[in-house]
Amino acid sequence: MMLPISDFPLWAAIAVAIFLLLGAILTLIGTIGFLRLPSFYERLHAPTLGTSWGVGGTMVASIIFFTVGTERFIIHEILIGIFVTVTTPITFMLLARAALHRDRAEGDQQVPHKIEVSGTRDPN
Amino acid sequence: MLPFPILTFCLMMMWMLLNGFTLGHLILGSLVGFAAGWALASLRPEKPRLKKWYLLPKLAAIVVVDIFRSNFSVARLIVMGKKRPNSSGFILLPVQTENPFALAVLAVILTSTPGSAWLEYDSRNKTVLLHVLDLIDRDEWVAMIKNRYEVLLLEIFE
Repeated sequence: MMLPISDFPLWAAIAVAIFLLLGAILTLIGTIGFLRLPSFYERLHAPTLGTSWGVGGTMVASIIFFTVGTERFIIHEILIGIFVTVTTPITFMLLARAALHRDRAEGDQQVPHKIEVSGTRDPN
Repeated sequence: MLPFPILTFCLMMMWMLLNGFTLGHLILGSLVGFAAGWALASLRPEKPRLKKWYLLPKLAAIVVVDIFRSNFSVARLIVMGKKRPNSSGFILLPVQTENPFALAVLAVILTSTPGSAWLEYDSRNKTVLLHVLDLIDRDEWVAMIKNRYEVLLLEIFE
């Protein structure tokens, strides 16, 4: 049973609002960055705002809201956070390595070369 | 009896978090956990050996704080837009450990931290190619990753 909204304590409402706004704003900024940053490798960084504290803030807000609202301890949102954090690097590296492979194949000078077995060439 | 106790426990907890903390779901969740533990054991994966598991919460705390800070610095960079000088660049990070679990955790940390991206691991040269959004001092970045994360990871896994 949910508490009626008028009985929701003020401190909890403020905490929920702060975390929800924090998560939403960080996700929005990350999405804007994803659209506007100039190069592919820079764009890679932007969505991680959404997958780190974007999801974190929304998760904490949800935990507070439902724990206070139903007067039961509800923390299963934390599973979303764990799975998002653990699975992001997989798609991320897949995209990054595909981009590296293409840029190297096209002979892009800005991208560091694959290091040969014998030498340790500086990437710059 | 229990080839992977931590996995079994985590699956049981996940089952109960999703379905509710009742005796019925405890039994069902345990069945799922045991079955998954045995199924994994039949695949014979390499077992992670945690030497100093009590350092894990310390690492987690450091990472949460770092992710929080870098979220704001990257958000500021994006909001500043074209007014900032372009300072992104690649770093070649030498890593000491060859332990796949330590490398996986390091990859998760660096990927979850906005501002640093794990691009490619070279197992022959034991180096990781990183891309950093706000690269001011290359050596400082390498030293930071080594001192903050790698030292702890080496202690935990090796």
